[in-house]
Amino acid sequence: MAFIDYYKTLGVNKNATEDDIKKAYRKLARKYHPDVNPNDKEAHKKFQEINEANEVLSDPEKRKKYDAYGEHWQHADEYEKARQAQANQGFGANEYTYSGGGGDDTFSDFFASLFGDTAGRRGRRGNAAFRGQDYNAELRLNLTDVYHTHQQTLKVNDKNIRITIPAGVADGQVIRLKGHGGPGVNNGPAGDLYITFVINNNTPYKRAGDDLYSDVEIDLYTAVLGGEITVDTINGKVKLKVHAGTQNGAKTRLKGKGFPVYKKDNEFGDLYITYTVKIPVHLTEKQKDLFTQLSKL
Amino acid sequence: MQTQLIEAGIFCASYNAEVGFIRSLHEGGLIELVTVNNTEFIQEDDLLKLEKMIRLHYDLQINTAGIETIIHLLGRLESMQQEITNLRGRLNLYEVLE
Repeated sequence: MAFIDYYKTLGVNKNATEDDIKKAYRKLARKYHPDVNPNDKEAHKKFQEINEANEVLSDPEKRKKYDAYGEHWQHADEYEKARQAQANQGFGANEYTYSGGGGDDTFSDFFASLFGDTAGRRGRRGNAAFRGQDYNAELRLNLTDVYHTHQQTLKVNDKNIRITIPAGVADGQVIRLKGHGGPGVNNGPAGDLYITFVINNNTPYKRAGDDLYSDVEIDLYTAVLGGEITVDTINGKVKLKVHAGTQNGAKTRLKGKGFPVYKKDNEFGDLYITYTVKIPVHLTEKQKDLFTQLSKL
Repeated sequence: MQTQLIEAGIFCASYNAEVGFIRSLHEGGLIELVTVNNTEFIQEDDLLKLEKMIRLHYDLQINTAGIETIIHLLGRLESMQQEITNLRGRLNLYEVLE
């Protein structure tokens, strides 16, 4: 477990006054507060660090003890024994760690060994009710899973939660489940659960928004003369008329054959088909003759 | 659709916040205050946003004008992040097709 230089964390010198510390903390807190840095784990970690430094340096008792024993924190325990302090103040883990992504009241092992696990949080709002911590989770689904609205049971912190996943959910989309986060403090409301969908495309189609894209091969004769082909769509096969003289790379749109529109019943995107004209190879002598004749016409 | 109303006075007592601060947020158009029989109520839909603004004001000493700016910028950040997600999806489409 490493020594933490709280003065360095706040960017103040050891002679800093209470006012200097307060100013330095406010400046850094404004920069790194999780509310102004959403989804930024580095900022969240930094905020915990400056919070911990402030917790110690803004409290004259803690600062005195830190100044006296900080770099020689191993002796702090003996110091405490001498003062017949709380028996619970022991040494924790062997490594200095901050719990990433947790609440703001997470303190390092260094802090815990010097001041005890429960020494933190002199809350501004006293015994006010606080909302519980928000949880973040990732849900991995196949593209075919989100073609239809369905229900799924998730296990979050040993609790089963049954959720409805609307058809058309996008990759990277986040939904909020109110009240399924951490429990509140002092009867405060529970936090929320944020679920990020990670959609694995297990189909031959490319998805862009509600539209799907696909490449379809047609033979040279159908491209030249036109005809009818059967193509696969995400929900079945459809017959398609190919116009005579269809060029390689030509596109056609199948209206309503794309992906369901999120939270809009019976609305679908389109399927865009790109034709790839297959040029015949390994021609027979007769075919070669006919192509030669054609070329001379 | 119904929206639950929470009495502003009770909310403020529970969060150790001043009703005046809530009113200033309402005046700045950041939250909606509903008055029924001379009693002010907060809408449940505004709760999350309001909690965030209380933290910004009381924990970081940011005034109402600053909060308004931050909320506006966070909104823009969120929509830009959403746009990046969409663009990444589209870029992926072209990369696969090439």
